[in-house]
Amino acid sequence: MAEDGTQAVSVELDRIGKRFGNAQAVRDLSLAVERGEFFTLLGPSGCGKSTTLRIVAGLLDPDEGAVRFDSRDVTRLPPWERHLGMVFQNYALWPHMTVFDNVAFGLVERRVPGPEVRRRVAEALEKVGLAGMEGRFPSQLSGGQQQRVALARALVVRPRLLLLDEPFSNLDAKLRVQMRAELARLQRELGITTLYVTHDQEEALVLSDRIALLESGRLVQAGSPRELYERPREPFVADFLGGANLLDGVVRRAGSGEAEIQVAGTTVTLPVDGPLAPGARVWVSVRPEHLRLSADAGTGALSGVVRATDYLGWTLQAEVELHNGACVQVRGLDPAVGLQPGERVVLRLDPQRVRVFPQA
Amino acid sequence: MASPAVASPPAVPARRSLRWRYDPAQLALYAVLLGAVSLLVVLPMASVLRGAFVDASGFTVAHVARFFYTPLYLESLRNSLVVGAAATLVSSVLAVPPAFLLARYRFPGQTLLLTWLTVPLVIPPFVGAIGLNQTLGRAGVLTLLLEDHLGVSFVAAEGLRGVVLAHALHYFPFVLLTVTAALANLDPSLEEAAKVAGARGVRLLRRVTLPLVAPAYAAGAILVFVRATDDLGTPLILNVKNMLGPQAYFRITTIARDDPDGYAISVVMLALALAAVWAATRLGRRREVATLATGGRRPGQSLRGPGAWVLLAFSAVVGFLGLLPHLGVLLLSVSRVWSLTYLPTGYTLDHYAEILFRAPQFVQNTLLYSATAAVLAVALALGIAYLQHRGRVPAPGLVDFAATAPIAVPGVVLGIGFLRVFDRWALPWVGAPLTALWVVFPLLYVARRLPYAVRATSAAMAQVHPALEEAAAVCGARRWRTFRRVTFPLLLGGVVAAGVLVFVTAAVEFSATVLLINRVEQSPLSYGIYLYAQSPRGRGAAAALGTVAVLLVAVGTYVANRIGGKRPALAL
Repeated sequence: MAEDGTQAVSVELDRIGKRFGNAQAVRDLSLAVERGEFFTLLGPSGCGKSTTLRIVAGLLDPDEGAVRFDSRDVTRLPPWERHLGMVFQNYALWPHMTVFDNVAFGLVERRVPGPEVRRRVAEALEKVGLAGMEGRFPSQLSGGQQQRVALARALVVRPRLLLLDEPFSNLDAKLRVQMRAELARLQRELGITTLYVTHDQEEALVLSDRIALLESGRLVQAGSPRELYERPREPFVADFLGGANLLDGVVRRAGSGEAEIQVAGTTVTLPVDGPLAPGARVWVSVRPEHLRLSADAGTGALSGVVRATDYLGWTLQAEVELHNGACVQVRGLDPAVGLQPGERVVLRLDPQRVRVFPQA
Repeated sequence: MASPAVASPPAVPARRSLRWRYDPAQLALYAVLLGAVSLLVVLPMASVLRGAFVDASGFTVAHVARFFYTPLYLESLRNSLVVGAAATLVSSVLAVPPAFLLARYRFPGQTLLLTWLTVPLVIPPFVGAIGLNQTLGRAGVLTLLLEDHLGVSFVAAEGLRGVVLAHALHYFPFVLLTVTAALANLDPSLEEAAKVAGARGVRLLRRVTLPLVAPAYAAGAILVFVRATDDLGTPLILNVKNMLGPQAYFRITTIARDDPDGYAISVVMLALALAAVWAATRLGRRREVATLATGGRRPGQSLRGPGAWVLLAFSAVVGFLGLLPHLGVLLLSVSRVWSLTYLPTGYTLDHYAEILFRAPQFVQNTLLYSATAAVLAVALALGIAYLQHRGRVPAPGLVDFAATAPIAVPGVVLGIGFLRVFDRWALPWVGAPLTALWVVFPLLYVARRLPYAVRATSAAMAQVHPALEEAAAVCGARRWRTFRRVTFPLLLGGVVAAGVLVFVTAAVEFSATVLLINRVEQSPLSYGIYLYAQSPRGRGAAAALGTVAVLLVAVGTYVANRIGGKRPALAL
């Protein structure tokens, strides 16, 4: 096993499949993670993201497909030979060992001589801001401190790849933001390839170089945060990342790169990706923050009745029922407007930020 | 081999072979464990069934049917059932009032009272019977006091009544602990809701509290019933022969090894025990409903009102009764002469000299057998628990099931099964059957106590989150290193506690032991007690051995509880 001088690897998943009994946890999943990249597997619970991570770790064997590190097939390599660092959701600190022993564990397994173990453990704890805590037991640490120990334990062996399985889900909101920033700093400093699993879209957007969005074991879309947010390929992507109102529409006239679409009692011209036939049914996806209150009811305006409002202090959001009975969420309204339920309003959408998806 | 062109080949045809689904090292372990459990549990049981249902003419129910036509056996069955029911009733009457006192009130000395009331658990019933004989028997202190001062002539500890008393005084703490725990875990809002609805006092107790505690109580009570019904040692010490245990024992040891009646009696005992354990399991399952504690516990009230003081007084009487067997045994073990007087007329340490120096083999054997049994049982239990929780083997629950099944098997029946299987053929190289060797006793104790070892180890294993092992694997530790550095250290407390428990229960095992005694030199302490107790002159030595047994159990239970955590480890 290569110990020192190991470098970040690239990771390739080639048509991975995994079943548990009758449930297909992962199906035909292919991904390529580049060296030094911060790559996030994002998706709702049960989408197969943790299963995928555990397959990369070697904790699960895929039923089909291959895992490659730097083009070398490691599918059959047991976890202890993959040279990884991993942070578990519940930290998985060994309760019978001190902080020092927890962090030193991997070095001891690698037969690193004692003085070097001490030096490197001290260094790793320093890096996560826990210098001097060597003698404590995990039960004597706060959640955030345990999290740092887990991170130090993962990093101390200078792994080729860092795997993180929802590492911040047990922390309170404030600490989570702080740890997120520290992780980002460490990852940049070390330049280590990182595979990160989360169901929290905000975490994914803030941290990642690229995100893969999974649903029901299937890769829906992979790309940079901006790509996924601004150019979702499916309604699910738009809805999961940021949220979206999906409105039922029909193509009236189709041109190159844009189409005239009838939606919620009005007709608007919207940019489209692929060719669409007139008469085809589409989903018009509008993010809640891309709907604006408007004074006049011209073309491209949706009119409806306010059903409910949520006052959040700094902003106001509302649920509006359109003429055809569809309900849309509107975000980012000025609280000074003072909308009341029952009030009639006109909403205008920004055509440049609307996405159109053909209906299956 | 030319294969037709495939339109779309599957991704990578790397479908895992058996090698990955079933781990070969684990399969080997599985085979070893299955073999051991089959030999120690399945084979003896099958052999008992065979003895009862198969004879020269093939399968027959004639022997079991004859049981129900033989007046002596029917009387024995009736006596066993009556003893079981009466022991359950008496122990419940003794246990439930103190349980309410302990669960509902807060008072100084509460922990002391609880400890005092659980002390009877450390004295095995057949040892307690010796002490009871000295205190409540024909010439017992209290019997004499009663007769001399009140003119009442009543012998409490004699015959069937004595068996009932010995069991009730041993097992009432078990009912007490069960009911106290159930009351303490009861969601207080359930009673509060009844109070708001207008129920109070006896009606509240009858309509809400008792029904809610009933399943837990019943599960505990059924176990008392089973133990009292199955027992062999206590009736033998009190010279009661017409119960199921003694009948089976005498048929096999004095009539014939192959006497079908002995096996028929065994089958009846087995059926009774199985039915009772089944009932207890079913009742135990219903328990969860009432203990969904959402409101949290309410602090207990201080002792106020006549009711509380009546409970306290009653508890003190129970505590005193519970100590009678201990006092009797302890006093007898140091008495030179104690006959038809309130207290011994002379004191001596001679009985201890007898059992420690002149005939030390009883204690030595017991230490050897129990320690061996503890190590073996824990090793098996570790493997079984590991496979059950982490196993990648077919049907991992199978070994666990076979290993915990003996919990329902009466000791006499297991002993008979052992005798039938291991007395048959001579071992190669040794030239004698297994029953001639001392190792038969540790093996017997492993078979008998494996259920407790497996349950304790399995519970400890369930506490070890798989992620702790996965973290070690990712950190570079191979499977064995992971077990040694992570899994085993985390299991250690539970495993040691389980081992101590096996040791303690093996040290006082009598029902199965007595069937396998070949030579006195090989017999353990429990048989020594029985042997000494046969003659009036030996009763002092029997009591001294009994005191040693009580000490072993007391120290062991204390140690197991300290290591094993908060849950009281019950040495049943």
